[in-house]
Amino acid sequence: MTGLLEVLDRHVSIVPILLPLIAAASMLLLHERRRRAKAVVSSVTLAAMFAATLRLLMVVADPSTPEIVVYRLANWSAPYGIVLVADRLSVLMVMVTVLLGAAGMTYALSRWATLGPRFHSLYLLLLMGLCGAFLTGDLFNLYVFFEVLLAASYGLALHGSGKRRVKAGLHYVAINLAASVVFLVGVSLVYAVTGTLNMADLAAKAGQLGPDDLVLLKAGLSILGVAFLVKSGAWPLSFWLPTTYSAAAAPVAAIFAVMTKVGVYVILRLAALLWPGGEALALFGSSWLLYLGLATVLFGTFGVLASSELPRMAGYLTMVSSGTLLAVIASGDPVVLSSALYYLIGSTIGIGVIFLLCELVNRRDGEVAAQAVGPVFHDDFETQLRNEFEGVELGVTLPLATTLLAAAFFFVALQLVGLPPLSGFIAKFGMLAAVVEAGSGGYAHAPASAAWWVVGVIVFSGFCVLVALMRKGVNVFWAEPAGTTRVVRPLEAVPVAFLIALLVALTVLAQPTLRYTAAASAGLEARSSYLSSVLQGPEGEEP
Amino acid sequence: MEIVVAIGIGVLATTGVYLILRPRTFQVIIGLSLLTYAVNLFILAMGRLVVDGAPLLAEGADPSTFADPVPQSLVLTSIVISFSMTALFLVVLLAARGITGTDHVDGDGMSA
Repeated sequence: MTGLLEVLDRHVSIVPILLPLIAAASMLLLHERRRRAKAVVSSVTLAAMFAATLRLLMVVADPSTPEIVVYRLANWSAPYGIVLVADRLSVLMVMVTVLLGAAGMTYALSRWATLGPRFHSLYLLLLMGLCGAFLTGDLFNLYVFFEVLLAASYGLALHGSGKRRVKAGLHYVAINLAASVVFLVGVSLVYAVTGTLNMADLAAKAGQLGPDDLVLLKAGLSILGVAFLVKSGAWPLSFWLPTTYSAAAAPVAAIFAVMTKVGVYVILRLAALLWPGGEALALFGSSWLLYLGLATVLFGTFGVLASSELPRMAGYLTMVSSGTLLAVIASGDPVVLSSALYYLIGSTIGIGVIFLLCELVNRRDGEVAAQAVGPVFHDDFETQLRNEFEGVELGVTLPLATTLLAAAFFFVALQLVGLPPLSGFIAKFGMLAAVVEAGSGGYAHAPASAAWWVVGVIVFSGFCVLVALMRKGVNVFWAEPAGTTRVVRPLEAVPVAFLIALLVALTVLAQPTLRYTAAASAGLEARSSYLSSVLQGPEGEEP
Repeated sequence: MEIVVAIGIGVLATTGVYLILRPRTFQVIIGLSLLTYAVNLFILAMGRLVVDGAPLLAEGADPSTFADPVPQSLVLTSIVISFSMTALFLVVLLAARGITGTDHVDGDGMSA
């Protein structure tokens, strides 16, 4: 027994990637109508992923154990084989993914999972791609995981079908295919200059390049950066985002909230590895990131103000969140970074809740059946499935449903706007205070007033989002025709309550969380320990 | 040879970019295919162009006479992925044609 646990412990890094892959593949063998079996497999998979991520979190957070867990696939040492690197930052991101994924899956079990074929497999593959993108330490492997998560997301974005989804999906697929092309050009340029694809090795080699090669490397990295900015939804590469996200099914949109953070994560990771790499590289991208981030925040803010529907508003809120992160991480200051990571957790979960609430808030009596639209393709079991579903009753009508929804909406609005007492406030205050503290030193390659611009734009956007969300809340909950009742099924209320409980926990446990994010950003700063743990040979051997 | 490959990649990429900016979905998918061909050639070229060189190193041989095997394996991965993604896009395209009744990318069939 202990032997088995030891083996599991040694391979814990790959569990969040391997397990959903196996579960997703095996679920293809199950008949579409065996919903209960699929629900059980998905839930067990998510529980096991959570357990593995928790174990990783404990290892990297514990000062007595190594803070970077390097997993060498097939035990090939670093620059030759592919490595998975679980440090504090990547484990944190995986944790957020798994928690939001579990909530979205629970929500989907009540209805969405039955409204089209192979939802469970696609959803688990999306989680696999996300976890893989966060954990991998290899640029080309990152491309592969990006494609895995994108392929799954294409299927999920179209889940439930309908004209709006297919139209939005067409743009989404086209833009992401073009972005993948850009990604490949960047990766191959980087390989051509440095001869390596391992991120740690790349960081080590970047410092030794001559000026001619450095120009090419910078060009390659900038092209890569464009691809990541498309994923993270930075203006002006993000006009597809609100349309696609607002057209997607609620649980799908909730997990899409993490997808924009993949772009932010990769930029943060590559920047941390490459910025300190010699004086010449220090200039790379930092001021551009600041301006693009600020533009994204402003664009998102105006979008939030202008949109009349809640799902579209949530799409623009996603842009505000990634824009804020981009503008803030551009400073590269470790104190700023630690608050930014704390903001990332809160805002990602908050946006997830908003996307889940969108559907519940907009759904009225009898609308549930009407929302189900015709399928794109005719499956053999499809008609049977639909007929079976039509008999299902709507579940308990909670008389408190409207009140609870309004409370949840108000709570999440406070979180996203950043008003006290929730973690959104702590995070924004921390970020802005640190940005001002770092002053012009923070944005070394931008005008001295850059810090104040960041503060001004973020506070302004918070104010506008407050106005927009409150206006929406009043419209939806107070200015309703009398006698409107809302239907919330228990399985839909549970994940919303769970995510809100997480946000409360994030606020109450702000100190330990901030200590963790501070350690994570210090870990990013301590580049040499990352390099040495990745590039070291397998255990017991010298490199 | 370098100049021929460079011109080839350039022509493919140019036509690809032009086509994805066109309003018909079929033009977009052909444009994306051409772009992926351009990128596949580009990846191969990034391993330096070597004629008649095996991608395997023999012991004690001069590495400069051999082809770099890494871009060759990368390009294999990228061909498979881009091919399957194009197939997937084709499915979405057909669905959009069936649902909106037009092959315009915005689904409104306004301009040519």
